[in-house]
Amino acid sequence: MTTLTKHPPAPTFKAPQLSKRGRGPSKLRELRIALLFIFPAMIGLVAFSLVPTIRGIYLSFTEYNILGEPKWIGIDNYTAIFADELFWNAMAVTIQYVAINIVFQIVIAIGLALLMQSVAKSTFIRAALLLPFLVANVIVALLWFWMLDYQIGIVNEVISWLGLPRVAFFGSEQWAIPTIAFVNVWRHMGYTALLVFAGLQAIPHHVYEVASLDGASRTRTFWSITMPLLRPVLALVLVVTVIGSFQVFDTVAVTTGGGPVNATRVIQMYIYQKAFGESDFGYASALSVVLFVILALVAFIQMKFLRGNESDLD
Amino acid sequence: MKKTLGAVAAAAAVALTLSLSACAATPGETSGEINYWLWDSNQLPAYKQCATDFTKANPDIKVKITQRGWGDYWTTLSNGFVAGNAPDVFVNHLSKYPEYAANDQLLPLDDAVKKDGIDLDIYNEGLADLWVGQDDHRYGLPKDWDTVAMFYNKNLVEDAGYTEEQLGNLDWNPQDGGSYEKAIAHLTVDKSGKRGDEAGFDKNQVAVYGLGLESSGSGQGQTQWSFLTGTTGWTHTDKNPWGTKFNYDDPRFQDTIAWWAGLADKGYMPKLETTVGASVADAFGAGKAAINTQGSWMIGQYTSYKGIETGIAPTPTGPDGKRASMFNGLADSIYAGTKNPEASLKWVEHLASADCQDVVASTGVVFPAIKSSSEKAAAAFEAKGIDVSAFTTHVENGTTILFPISENAAKVDGLMVPAMDAVLSGKKDASSLTEVNKKVNALFE
Repeated sequence: MTTLTKHPPAPTFKAPQLSKRGRGPSKLRELRIALLFIFPAMIGLVAFSLVPTIRGIYLSFTEYNILGEPKWIGIDNYTAIFADELFWNAMAVTIQYVAINIVFQIVIAIGLALLMQSVAKSTFIRAALLLPFLVANVIVALLWFWMLDYQIGIVNEVISWLGLPRVAFFGSEQWAIPTIAFVNVWRHMGYTALLVFAGLQAIPHHVYEVASLDGASRTRTFWSITMPLLRPVLALVLVVTVIGSFQVFDTVAVTTGGGPVNATRVIQMYIYQKAFGESDFGYASALSVVLFVILALVAFIQMKFLRGNESDLD
Repeated sequence: MKKTLGAVAAAAAVALTLSLSACAATPGETSGEINYWLWDSNQLPAYKQCATDFTKANPDIKVKITQRGWGDYWTTLSNGFVAGNAPDVFVNHLSKYPEYAANDQLLPLDDAVKKDGIDLDIYNEGLADLWVGQDDHRYGLPKDWDTVAMFYNKNLVEDAGYTEEQLGNLDWNPQDGGSYEKAIAHLTVDKSGKRGDEAGFDKNQVAVYGLGLESSGSGQGQTQWSFLTGTTGWTHTDKNPWGTKFNYDDPRFQDTIAWWAGLADKGYMPKLETTVGASVADAFGAGKAAINTQGSWMIGQYTSYKGIETGIAPTPTGPDGKRASMFNGLADSIYAGTKNPEASLKWVEHLASADCQDVVASTGVVFPAIKSSSEKAAAAFEAKGIDVSAFTTHVENGTTILFPISENAAKVDGLMVPAMDAVLSGKKDASSLTEVNKKVNALFE
């Protein structure tokens, strides 16, 4: 493609002839080359996504303990899910987590992105914001687990030094989910800010110039120009972060493990517990399918609602 | 969902490649290498010695020992079963083996026991029977046992004016806790130095707790509360092993739990929420608790804290006038898919013999299953200056209760962990366990 455009255009009268002769074989050759390039990705998609997904959907209609053979039981797993208190609890807990996580993450990320654009212009500071994201999830979780520990955590040491009562961040039912949400906000905010920052860079300068000529205040400029023009990026960020936070697992798995009581038994944790703890792979697959459908719906609604595929710049 | 399935697929793929490479590395029967897994790193040196001795006697068979932490041990083992590359021989647990046996993953050992004339009477009473499945087949040969006792901080006990005799002769009842609660209350000290049984004690500013708290103990309460419920005549299930009806609706059980949860309320024991991520043993080691009830496998850790002099006292006597302790025993099992059943069997028989169990005994880490080796272990502890009679008294006086063995153990746990957490943290009354018990029993219908 690129090489073609670089050449001067061929005389118009010859072009149809050329393309007529060349279309068949060259299209085929392009397809072949395209397939060659797609092939490695296809292997991954088929082996690690497509086949397991289809098998997962099949298993969701079975009773399967992984050591025996799957036994077809129709929609029994699904009817059981709707009567399962722990499933509804898991959904409520997950949604609570998603809400806290998304609100704080997006607000902080926009704030950071604005700072990156107008104040913190040094590459060093911009890169430093991304640092938490470069640390593995589990490490981040363990780090905060340790720092927020009731007895020996530095945060509680400071709190008690200030004369305030210690807080069982991961141990109390009220604090556990907000704490886990906070840990993940801390880890992801730099990355999200980077995405928003890229969106900010894409907004043409002349719009701001016109706004300042018209005497618009900074707040007004932000709400009437920045936010609307940032919408496609925000839509993408929202879809990605919502789906990502629905799948929160590692932070919970290495800290509370679902407790106290059921306060942090998020849906992925519950699926893991059912499958690998209780060897109920059929039921766990059904839960996974339900989560899949929910996420697909959420993503669809968000894209529609936020018109994420069109920009106001056009 | 993609993520989960992807992870499973990835795990499966990794397992597959591993099994392939494992096959390539050890071409089946001829090399005679046996893979052996265990989870307790403290016992690794002893078993390495056993393996060396074994290879000396059987030069054709090599034993490769892998140690893996408890958390990873069981998931990796399950993956191994699915992928067909589980270790030939592995340390098995009473709460896990029923499921494996029901799914034909374990090699029955009956024929071998008969053929090789293994005397099951050499083991401490009851240990060998634990490993006979519902189908009357034997799935393991006993390797060790454990009971529960009280570890206490000698200095703190002395400061409180208690003698070691007094601490070893406490009594308990679910109504007022008896002299056991009195001791715990007196050992509790708040920040201003007031003891738990003195006027003006501030339960929100406790410096040293009388009793440490590990967790709510799920449905077994092995080290947390089973030594109390065991003295009330209550049993976990209608029969053991292979009970099909649990008794969490029994008032004797619920009264005990209510009393125990009350300790946290009175400030004599840490609140459950403060134990998340904390190690009960380390809190003891830091001098923040005077008494910990723990299993005998923790002797090494409890006696090695710097600056802490640790004593061991037997658990209190209960309403029936006797003490009680859960009696748990581990065993070695053979994977049904082993490529080398003959060699595996030989290794298991060696592990179950006095030759190996004496080696384990000499390290003074755990109590081996064989009676004579147990005595040697007690002597080895003695030589280290540790009096373990608080643990052995249960075996000598027959005050042990067997670890409850049933099907659906993981699912019972799934229900009981949150339910017990809710009661212990004061969110729910102990009577809420009646409702949970119905759900538990529904698993067996």
